Amino acid sequence: MTPLLSVSDLSIGFGEADPVVEGVSFDVMPGQTLALVGESGSGKTITCRAVLRILPRTAQIRSGRITFGSEQSPLVLSELSERRMRDVRGDRISMIFQEPMRSLSPLHKIGNQVSEVLWLHGRISERQAKRTVLEQFERVGFPDPERAYNSYPFELSGGMRQRAMIAMAMVSKPDLLIADEPTTALDVTTQAQVLGLIKDLQQETGMALILVTHDLGVVANMAEQVVVMHKGRVMEAGPAHLILENPAHPYTQQLFNAAPAIPDLETVGLPMPEEDLILEMKSVSKTYVMRSGRGWKADTLIHACRGVDFTLARGKTLAIVGESGSGKTTAARIALGAEPPDPGGEVLFRAAPGAEPITVHKMTREERTAFQRQAQMVFQDPYSSLSPRMRIQDALTEPLEIHGIGTSAERRDLAAEILQRVGLNADMLKRYPHAFSGGQRQRLSIARAMMLDPSLIVCDEPTSALDVSVQDQILTLLEDLQESHTLSYLFISHDLAVVARIADEVAVMRQGLVVEQGPPDTLFYNPQHPYTKALIAAQPEPDINRPINLKLVALGAGSPESWSEAFRFTDSMIPSLVELEPGHKVRCHV
Amino acid sequence: MLLLRYAVYRFFTMLLTLLVVSALVFVIINLPPGDYLSNQIAELQASGQSAGVAKAEFLRKEYALDRPLWEQYMIWMGFMPGPHGFSGLIQGNYGWSFEFDRPVSEIVGDTLWLTVVVNLAAVLFIYAVALPLGVLAAARSRTWIDYTSAFVGYLGLATPNFLLALILFYYGHRYFDIPIGGLMDPSFEGQPMSWEKAKSILVHLIVPTFVIGTSGASAMMQRLRANMLDELGKPYVETAIAKGMAPSRMLTKYPLRVAFNPFVADIGNLLPSMVSGSVLVSVVLGLQTIGPTLLTALKTQDMFLSGFVLMFVALLTLVGTMISDVLLVMLDPRIRYEGRES
Repeated sequence: MTPLLSVSDLSIGFGEADPVVEGVSFDVMPGQTLALVGESGSGKTITCRAVLRILPRTAQIRSGRITFGSEQSPLVLSELSERRMRDVRGDRISMIFQEPMRSLSPLHKIGNQVSEVLWLHGRISERQAKRTVLEQFERVGFPDPERAYNSYPFELSGGMRQRAMIAMAMVSKPDLLIADEPTTALDVTTQAQVLGLIKDLQQETGMALILVTHDLGVVANMAEQVVVMHKGRVMEAGPAHLILENPAHPYTQQLFNAAPAIPDLETVGLPMPEEDLILEMKSVSKTYVMRSGRGWKADTLIHACRGVDFTLARGKTLAIVGESGSGKTTAARIALGAEPPDPGGEVLFRAAPGAEPITVHKMTREERTAFQRQAQMVFQDPYSSLSPRMRIQDALTEPLEIHGIGTSAERRDLAAEILQRVGLNADMLKRYPHAFSGGQRQRLSIARAMMLDPSLIVCDEPTSALDVSVQDQILTLLEDLQESHTLSYLFISHDLAVVARIADEVAVMRQGLVVEQGPPDTLFYNPQHPYTKALIAAQPEPDINRPINLKLVALGAGSPESWSEAFRFTDSMIPSLVELEPGHKVRCHV
Repeated sequence: MLLLRYAVYRFFTMLLTLLVVSALVFVIINLPPGDYLSNQIAELQASGQSAGVAKAEFLRKEYALDRPLWEQYMIWMGFMPGPHGFSGLIQGNYGWSFEFDRPVSEIVGDTLWLTVVVNLAAVLFIYAVALPLGVLAAARSRTWIDYTSAFVGYLGLATPNFLLALILFYYGHRYFDIPIGGLMDPSFEGQPMSWEKAKSILVHLIVPTFVIGTSGASAMMQRLRANMLDELGKPYVETAIAKGMAPSRMLTKYPLRVAFNPFVADIGNLLPSMVSGSVLVSVVLGLQTIGPTLLTALKTQDMFLSGFVLMFVALLTLVGTMISDVLLVMLDPRIRYEGRES
């Protein structure tokens, strides 16, 4: 069989610099899925863009040949004129991008943007185009295609936008679809559904797929062929089952080892200790009022948190897991005193073992300053949480200045010391953040949080913007620091595998409610709640024999009204948390 | 429907703003000590011309200048009966200019709509020039097109307007026979509108439009270019290219639409800066616009005249902002559907 797309000896470079992609070759067979795996900067994205010739203006293809199509009439994409290339784009090869939030124009209706593909490649009237698009919308799972057609992107959720992107890429029935990290920006349950959808559509139309990803779990679920890239070169290539079962190249092995996985050992975890609690949240609720802006319409109440009870023992890690909008970040903000809870809720903090607890939201000014020294935060996005105009030294010593600690020489020495402790060099103090990679920046964020020698650190998805191998390093760092400094972590994440590794107790949140809570081992071995089950099922695992169970995902990831009788809740009727075994609580009717 | 409601709402807020502005204007023009008449009376008394003093005293009574400030304001606006009953701005009586000894309406007369015409022409010129050039400069950034347009633009920004005016007059007259000075041929002044007069105005408009518009156009062009460059880096542009769109169509449909918002929002800001900024140009070019009148009125503390001119400029600004707000709502669904239930 002749390949549909054949890339041979492709090299791409920016300006005069060394090539970023060098000697890359691979074939894609009709109807097959090829996964391009690698970390950011490995050149996988730029290789894909070279196929469509949508490279940044300063990048050029230095050598190589890209051919596409059948044996009778092959198109040499690398030599095609720009005019003829336009006929290929969107019609015969289409592409799905990583960020569904930003990959659609905010000012044009979804329907207009999708049906445009059909007008552009001619041969179709406007009415026909609309009909085709509506059919496609129905196919990708829009509950009301007509309404989606007339919506603007900002009116849809991330998952729905990615569905619209898929519809846009599929509507012209291309021979080849290139999906560049199509699910990285999505929640894990949404990811599972989107991957399932792409697979179904592929089976239906017989198109080939190039899937760019850094997640070996996604590869195991989707791909027949795998190409592993590192620093612009192909490290290993071959059938998926061979590579996943027996990775030969050390780099592939390294990727495997770095990928966190949910354990499936038959163990029962120990519940969180009840004494020496550093943080206690008692029936914390938070209701936001969204003003309708019009006098005659009632304001909408949003229950971000409903009756949340947490305890965090000193030196332990409590993880809050949930999709975006589940209230996990709100809970953390309340814990830090950044926002007051609704009346009735209370947050207690004990700075030292046996110390008198202070109520976080009724502190005096002095207490607050002391509390802020004790409790620090590490943010999700290491790119925007460091000021680009401050040297590392200034960013690190600023907390000390604010609290008036030490002389400037002492502050500098401490900054150098902490920097070494997070695995960076003291001579980096004079640099600006732009000189650091994503992982290094996250180390800097952690260093900044460590400067005041806190006892509690709130980590808001600290690794979700990072590659797997970097994520692994950051998690190790967090674990080391916890041990050496008796730190307590409140760890927020949507990634169960990460949580499984670092947490002592996990709380799963959905729509502002904790639906299940327990030690990770118990929770992952014996999940009770359909939503927890869905989260676990949706986690793609790098094992080709254990594909995602989409049925389980669909069962739990839907709205709470669709859960089975025992777990169902509505706004007016909410079951309470029931303790099934010591430390394992589930929200259900008994 | 939504749009109409918004337009009506916006119109009423504009009226409200105008009311506040009127009070501010009145207070400000009364802030300097003394007024035109008391200055004149003092001068006349010094030179012993008692007949003039009597006339000035009469005018003082006539225009209620002897009353407290707030009453003067109410009478000026027409909210309160003055010596001649209700007769203020809202009744269409613009007051009396002491300096020129004629009603304000007679002095401003033609200059009102000529100001509107000149500024409208300049705004259109700014948009017509800045739009294509800004897009082109962004699409071909860091090429000779970009550099040339930036160079010409900075020249336009840096050249003093009156100098540009003089140069243009000289060469325009020499090579294209463009008339010098004024906004129409002197023989048409005070004549009713006719085809010939309109034609004369159009020809006279060329140079002023160009002079007043150049700096605005180059500033706006640079702004649009910067906005466009920001937008061109966004993923949705890549999506459009990956669909197989041709560059020109892609540019105008996607990034331009997004970069257009600040462009539209500028309408309101353009008008007042042009009116006050073009005073010097108007003097040099001998344009019968309101700028020079305002300058004289302010210098001589001719309160009714300056008050009226300031109100007129404020009205222009508010109308400009209102138009740009309504246009924005039309253009941007994010503003339009804010709060629509999903």
